Amino acid sequence: MSTRTLTKDQMLSLAEHIENAELNVHDITKVTNDFPDMTFDDAYDIQWEIRRRKEARGNKVVGMKMGLTSWAKMAQMGVETPVYGFLADYFSVPDGGDIDTSRLIHPKIEAEVAFVTKAPLKGPGCHIGDVLAATDFIIPAVEVIDSRYENFKFDLISVVADNASSTRFITGGRMAKVEDVDLKTLGVVMEINGEVVELGAGAAVLGHPASSVAMLANMLGERGEEIPAGTFIMTGGITAAVAVKKGDNITVRYQDLGSVSAKFV
Amino acid sequence: MDAKLIKQYGDELYHAMQSKQAVAPLTARESDISIEDAYHISLQMLNRRVDAGAKVIGKKIGVTSKAVQSMLNVHQPDFGYLTDDMVFNQGEVMPISERLIAPKAEGEIAFILKKDLMGPGISNADVLAATECVIPCFEVVDSRIENWQIAIEDTIADNASCGLFVLGDKAVSPHKVDLVTCGMVVEKNGKILSTGAGAAALGSPVNCVTWLANTLGEFGIGLKAGEVILSGSLVPLEPVKAGDFMRVDIGGIGSASVYFT
Repeated sequence: MSTRTLTKDQMLSLAEHIENAELNVHDITKVTNDFPDMTFDDAYDIQWEIRRRKEARGNKVVGMKMGLTSWAKMAQMGVETPVYGFLADYFSVPDGGDIDTSRLIHPKIEAEVAFVTKAPLKGPGCHIGDVLAATDFIIPAVEVIDSRYENFKFDLISVVADNASSTRFITGGRMAKVEDVDLKTLGVVMEINGEVVELGAGAAVLGHPASSVAMLANMLGERGEEIPAGTFIMTGGITAAVAVKKGDNITVRYQDLGSVSAKFV
Repeated sequence: MDAKLIKQYGDELYHAMQSKQAVAPLTARESDISIEDAYHISLQMLNRRVDAGAKVIGKKIGVTSKAVQSMLNVHQPDFGYLTDDMVFNQGEVMPISERLIAPKAEGEIAFILKKDLMGPGISNADVLAATECVIPCFEVVDSRIENWQIAIEDTIADNASCGLFVLGDKAVSPHKVDLVTCGMVVEKNGKILSTGAGAAALGSPVNCVTWLANTLGEFGIGLKAGEVILSGSLVPLEPVKAGDFMRVDIGGIGSASVYFT
């Protein structure tokens, strides 16, 4: 059942308002302050409109991301489902590359595992077995998130409208076949300027990172969308998100999958 | 602290362990107790157990995480002694209600040595060369100090809050696993409770064993071939009670599970 409370004009104007905050690098108050009755359908409409705006401008969508995938975070927010967002071409940063902090508001980093699919996945009813069968390879990824909302404070509806705080991502390390890696116990160690700041194992993401991909397929299925073959999907933070600033060097080490590094300049 | 007082506190903690009656923090009674005094008290407590028939089979390293070091306001780990009456094997039932006062479980990596290690001057390379295998482990810590009201000197005197431990179902050569990045998943009663990785213990579990070898070396004590060394928790401590079932999985190593009665 779709439920919407915004008029089309309101939805379009909110999409422009939120995207401008990203493009012009300034924070805004969360959109539910002015539209307290907004629903998830409204919020995803805004996100898909932001996506359409970027594509109309010539940007390409290069992948999808899941957010709020840890049980701890979901319990904290009082929800039972994670959220998704899209990744635009200019979000991609090469391993060892520079990330320009002047383009970001208040960035944080999370260590994740990304999947690349070789067959389409369509919900409802998509499960972990479908995901493993449809996975071409996995690859370590570090996500940079940057909420456009003041002080990184938001509710779930607002964050969906803000493309799940997506802003940059770095892939690197070694790719691997899913059958060669135990994704549940895969360990990650995040270091900022040489100091260990966060660590964890794959099970922190919904028990197994492939569950996150299945959930994405099922959530997209509700809108009649699917995950096409060849899609790059970031499955959500194994670690908590850690604030970074200009001058920071970050490295995330992955068990048997090498490391990913970047510098914030 | 004089020898008489050290003996008195060592005996008191031994009786607290035997009777399961916790005692008031030593630091609340002796304001000038030093870390060295505390280790002497721990040794006295151990000697009482050895006199009663226990056999030393290894050591444990504690206070290895940043969180616990900050809580106790110290910048170094500590150690305690493992005896044969503390160890359980995979699949055995652990009678914590009969044996312990206020048990908490933590997932760790245990090292089994194949060569003696005598500090000072031991490096991580020496430790890796002297390690036969690593094994998944649950340590169930306990405090003979009332309500875990411990300062660093209290926990050192109390055998580093050691209780019982269970060793898992698989032993792996340290050549085969990256002990810094290996991930840990802890489940309690079927639900995932926490995750961690090797780096949680002083940056690497190997760093912990190296620290122990060098620290003991200063007192002329070595680590012996065949000893089991518990290298420190990779996840937050979890209080446990009779009826709980816990499982730990460590990437590239294996798992350990334990049922508490």
